[in-house]
Amino acid sequence: MNAPLIGARVQRKEDYRFLTGSGQYTDDVALPNQAYAAFVRSQHAHAKIKKISLDKAKKSPGVVGIYTGEDLANAKVGGLPCGWLITDVNGQPMKEPAHPCLAQGKVRYVGDHVAVVIAETLSQARDAAELVKVDYEELPAVTDAAKARKATPIHDNAPDNTCYVWALGDKAKVDEAFKAAAHVTKLEFVNNRLIPNAIEPRAAIGSFSRADDAYTLYVTSQNPHVERLLMTAFVLGLPEHKVRVVAPDVGGGFGSKIYLYAEDVVVTWASKQLNRPVKWTSDRSEAFLSDAHGRDHVTVAELALDKDGKFLAMRVKTTANLGAYLSTFASCIPTILYATLLAGQYTTPQIYCEVTAVFTNTTPVDAYRGAGRPEATYVVERLVETAARELKLDPAELRRRNFIRNFPYQTPVALQYDTGDYDATLDAALELGEVSGYAKRKEESSKKGKLRGIGYAAYIEACGIAPSAVAGSLGARAGLFEAGEVRVHPTGSVTVFTGSHSHGQGHETTFAQVVADRLGMAIENVSIVHGDTSKILFGMGTYGSRSIAVGGTAIVKALDKIIAKGRKIAAHLLEASESDIEYDKGEFKVAGTDRKKMFGEVAFAAYVPHNYPHDKLEPGLNENAFYDPANFTFPAGTYICEVEVDPDTGAVSIDRFTAVDDFGKVINPMIVEGQVHGGLTQGIGQALTEGCRYDASSGQLLTGSMMDYCLPRAGDVPYFKIDTRETPCTHNPLGVKGCGEAGAIGAPAAVMNAITDALGVKDVAMPATAQTVWKHLQEKSHARV
Amino acid sequence: MTIKVSMKVNGKPVSAEVEARTLLVTYIRENLRLTGTHVGCDTAQCGACTVLMNGRAIKSCSIVAMQAEGADLMTIEGVAKPDGTLHPMQAAFKENHGLQCGFCTPGMVMNALDFAKSHPNPTEQEVRESLEGNLCRCTGYHNIVKSIIAGAKAMGGKL
Repeated sequence: MNAPLIGARVQRKEDYRFLTGSGQYTDDVALPNQAYAAFVRSQHAHAKIKKISLDKAKKSPGVVGIYTGEDLANAKVGGLPCGWLITDVNGQPMKEPAHPCLAQGKVRYVGDHVAVVIAETLSQARDAAELVKVDYEELPAVTDAAKARKATPIHDNAPDNTCYVWALGDKAKVDEAFKAAAHVTKLEFVNNRLIPNAIEPRAAIGSFSRADDAYTLYVTSQNPHVERLLMTAFVLGLPEHKVRVVAPDVGGGFGSKIYLYAEDVVVTWASKQLNRPVKWTSDRSEAFLSDAHGRDHVTVAELALDKDGKFLAMRVKTTANLGAYLSTFASCIPTILYATLLAGQYTTPQIYCEVTAVFTNTTPVDAYRGAGRPEATYVVERLVETAARELKLDPAELRRRNFIRNFPYQTPVALQYDTGDYDATLDAALELGEVSGYAKRKEESSKKGKLRGIGYAAYIEACGIAPSAVAGSLGARAGLFEAGEVRVHPTGSVTVFTGSHSHGQGHETTFAQVVADRLGMAIENVSIVHGDTSKILFGMGTYGSRSIAVGGTAIVKALDKIIAKGRKIAAHLLEASESDIEYDKGEFKVAGTDRKKMFGEVAFAAYVPHNYPHDKLEPGLNENAFYDPANFTFPAGTYICEVEVDPDTGAVSIDRFTAVDDFGKVINPMIVEGQVHGGLTQGIGQALTEGCRYDASSGQLLTGSMMDYCLPRAGDVPYFKIDTRETPCTHNPLGVKGCGEAGAIGAPAAVMNAITDALGVKDVAMPATAQTVWKHLQEKSHARV
Repeated sequence: MTIKVSMKVNGKPVSAEVEARTLLVTYIRENLRLTGTHVGCDTAQCGACTVLMNGRAIKSCSIVAMQAEGADLMTIEGVAKPDGTLHPMQAAFKENHGLQCGFCTPGMVMNALDFAKSHPNPTEQEVRESLEGNLCRCTGYHNIVKSIIAGAKAMGGKL
C-alpha cells in the first residue's frame, strides 16, 4: 500500500502553523490578569550587597510586588541544583556552592539576579526596576579561566575558585609512551566561549490556582519534566502532582533551554504570593547576560606518534571555565562528555586527560550544541592535522593509518563504540569535496591573489547518554531513559505522547514517520504530542542528539506492545491461535489464509468490546514504554573545508564545505540535512565570527548584543555539500544514532585546519576574524623581512 | 501619556489607545494579539519582527506605533489566502524545509515577499545579501536561500 516512510523526505507537519504565524511560543501565551516581571540584575561582576532600597520602586505606578533574596530565604526557597556530581582526583566531591535564585548578600557576575519587580504592565515593571537602589561594595573580579585559581575567592567553600580537578586515563603509561615516541605534536589553544542565542529569548509564565492548590509554568524548555522535577523536589519543596510545566512551541534551544533557571522559579513562586499569573520574557540583552554560555576551555594537548605515524598516546590538560555558579549540567560537560571522546576515530592506545574546572565572575557555562564533544574533536583533529603537516604526510593518509576498524571497540577513555566505518565517510568526503582538484583550485586562488587552504576533521560523537546505571556510576543524579505512550483511538487513528521535546528538530514529522511505518498506516492518522507534563507520562527531554535514538525507541517499544495486544484481539475475532496471527501493513492476518482484520477493526473491538476475550485481556488499546539504552550511539563523519583568505584584509571566506556523516539509519533525509546545515553554521560561527569577550578588569560583558557578538549571517556561509553513509546502530531497533550536534562538533576543527593551512601557521585563535588573520599575515611578512 | 493610533492591518482597520513609547511590534503583538510577529532582539538585528508597511519590509521593533499612523500593514497572519491556502513564498519554505523552530520564519517570509517583488529570478548571491537583516540560528540559511529562490520564481514579481 503506502510507500516506505523510513528514509522518505516527508514534508513537516509542523510547518503550516509556523508559516502562518499560528505557532504558540511562551511569550505568545497571555493569561487573564497576568502581571509582568522585570529582574534587577547586578551591574558588577563581583560585589557585596550592602543595602537594597526598595522605597522608590514600591511607590512607582503599577507595582504589585518586589522580592529580594531575603524574601526567598525567608520563604525557604532553595537554590538551583546541579545534576551531576564529579569526584575530584583527591577523592572528594566537587565544590558545590549555593546558587540562589535571587542574590544572598553577594553578586558574582554581571547579570546576576538581585531582585524581581512585578507590575501591571511590562513598562511599569521595567520603570520600577530602574528605581531599585542597590549599594554594592565592589570586589576584584576574574573572568579568565587561566587566572581564576589565584584570584579573589568567589565562593566561601571554594577558596581557590576550583570546583574540581578531575582526570581520566593512565598517566604513567601515557608518560611512558611519550618517552618512546618518534614524534610529538604539541598545541596550546583556547576553545572560545560562545553565547547560544536561540532566536527566541527565554520566557516563563508562572500561575497559581487557589482552587486546585496547584501551579502551571509555561516555559521555554527543552525538557519540561526535568524542569519540574528539579524545581519541585530541590527548590520549592512542592509535590510534583501540584505543578504542571508546559513547554509549548520553543524557538530553538541548542542546550541553553535545558536548564532550570532562576527566573522560572521566581515567577512560579511569585504567582502564589500575588495570586495571579506572573510573566517574564527575556530581552536579548538579558539573554546575553543570563542564558548559560558554552565552551571556554584553555588546553595544552600533545600527541605521540611512532616513526610510521601510528598514534601512541595523547596527553591533554584543560582548564574549563564554569562561570560564577554551577548550572544544571555544567560539571559533566568538560569531563564526562569531553575526555571520553578523545580517542576520536583512532586506535590511540593510551590517553590521559586532566581537567581543572574553575569558577569565575562570568555567566554560568553549560552544554551548548555538542557540549564537550566539539571541544574534544577540536583537540583531536587539530592535533592530527598538525601532526600530518609536521610529518609531511597527507592528512587523509595519517588518519587512515590510525582508524579503528574492528567493532565493538573499547577505547582507553571508557567508551565502547558499537559500530562505524570511518573509511567510508572519509572516502565519500574526499570524492564529494573533489579533493583531487584542490591543487588546481589553489593555483586559481593564487592567481587572484588569494590564499587557499584545506582542512579536515574526522569527528566522533557520543549521543543519547546511557545507560542510566553507568551514568549514575559516573555521577549523574538523573536517569537517562525516555518515555513514550501510544494511544490508539477507537477508529484506529493514533496519538503518540513523547518525553522528547521538539524545538525545531521536527519530531512531529519524524516520529510520525516511525509510527506510521511500524503500524503500516497513513502518516495523516498519527499525531505526536510533546512538551506538557500534564499530558505526557514522563520525559527526560531533548539534548545530546538523543531524541530519535532514545525517545524514538521508547515509542517503538510501545508500538510493539500495541501490535502484541492487537494480535491477541485479532486471534479472538478470527477464532485463530495467537501464534498464527501476523501483522503486516495495517492488517492482522491468519498466516497462510486470506482471513484478516484491519488495524482499525481491532482498535474498534478494543473500545467496543462486545465480542472480546474479557477473560484474558483488558479493553482499550493504549501502551506505555520506557527505554533505557544499552549504550551511547556513535555518529561519526568526515568534514572537509576549503577557505580563501584575502591577504590584504585578512577576510576568510568558506569556499566549499563538504560533510559526510554516518548517523546510522536516517528516517527523514530532508530533516537530517537541515540539522547538519544548522550545526555546520554554528560550528563555522565558532571558528570565524563568534567569541564572547569580557573586560578583564571590570568583568563587564563586552559582547552583550547582536551588534557586538557576531552570529553568522546568510552571507557568511556557502551552500553545503553533504551526504551520509550508514552503519546502523547495533543496539536500538531503528538502527539510529542522532544527528543534531554533528555539524557543530566537526566544523570548527575543519575550518581552523583550513585557515592554518592557508596561512602556513601552526595555530590561529578562534574566532578567526579578519583582524586576527590579518595580524598573523603581518607577523609572517615581518618575519620574512 | 497615551495616544490613539489607527492603521490598517491585514486589510482591516484597527485602532487603539497606547502609550506614546509603544513600539509597533508591541502594538501588533499585545494590542492586536497578532503573535506571529516575533521579537528576537532589542537592537534591530534579528529581523524576526519584520512586517510589510505600505508594501515595504520594515522591522516593527524599530519604530513606535504612532509612526505607523494611517499605514497599511501586512503581518504573517495576512499572507496566506483567506481559505488558508499558503502563499507561494510560504509554500516554498515548506517544500524546501526552509524553517526549523519557526521563530525567525515570519520575519524571513515577510522580508522575502518584499525582496521577491523586485527579484523574480534572484541569484543565490542576491538572496544571501537580501538576508543581511535576518538571523536564523537553526537552518544555516541553506534551505532558506533555496526557499526564497523558489518562492520568488513562483511569485513572478507579484505579491
